Amino acid sequence: MTYEKHHFAAALAVVEDLAPALRLSLRVKPAHSATLGQALGLDLPTRVGARVAAGGTEALCLGPDEWLLTAPEGTDLATPARAVYADAPHSLVDISDREISLRLSGPAVLDLLAACCPRNVAAMPVGTAARTVFDSATVILWRDGPADFRMDIWRSFAPHVRALLAQVQGELAAGL
Amino acid sequence: MLLIHCPYCEDSLPELEFAYAGEAHIARPADPSTLSDEEWRDFLFIRTNARGPHYERWRHISCGRFFNALRDTVSDRFLMTYKAGQPRPQLNEAAE
Repeated sequence: MTYEKHHFAAALAVVEDLAPALRLSLRVKPAHSATLGQALGLDLPTRVGARVAAGGTEALCLGPDEWLLTAPEGTDLATPARAVYADAPHSLVDISDREISLRLSGPAVLDLLAACCPRNVAAMPVGTAARTVFDSATVILWRDGPADFRMDIWRSFAPHVRALLAQVQGELAAGL
Repeated sequence: MLLIHCPYCEDSLPELEFAYAGEAHIARPADPSTLSDEEWRDFLFIRTNARGPHYERWRHISCGRFFNALRDTVSDRFLMTYKAGQPRPQLNEAAE
């Protein structure tokens, strides 16, 4: 038995680390979301799974009263949100360090995800995202292209998810 | 795999994204200190244990919301799901 890490030439599914980014969890009543969206400079989507991007900031609607905001590190979204706090009471929490992001791509990426994700990933429209489970670990899955995904994983679940991804990658490369 | 319709996501999604959360439509007493021991026991522990259609709460991991479902405990078929806070639908409504 060997313990060498194999490098397969033809990458059917590529898993890459993404650079750290600013992530904010926003909870606000649906009635106040428009006010807050105006302050942040984007129109907060109301449909679960929908995404809106403006000026480097991206908002994903996770639930009826929950949004995930992503932006480049150093972006200040707290100050404009604080300015409208009296009109639109909300909770805005920095969760940048809670999760790590992976980029999953390649021709077999759907098979890679289907191995551990119960949701029908192939049916996810491009440009949407969803919180789902990956072998019981909660992840947020973003579909950026037909074979181009991002996955946000809670930091403590990351070794488990990475190990599974590596194992499935090996199986795909071996033609299983 | 069982597909459950989430009334908030408006989509039928796999069972693994959902968690069961007990019987639905059990309101917490407004003032628990005025209840007798028997009434408090009934609130805490006494459940319908239905054989057939059962009103129950579920939580969807994806949108983080609790909702209510009417499920047949014999066939495990979901007759309908509806948002939390809505009144209990009648059985003949669910059959339509």
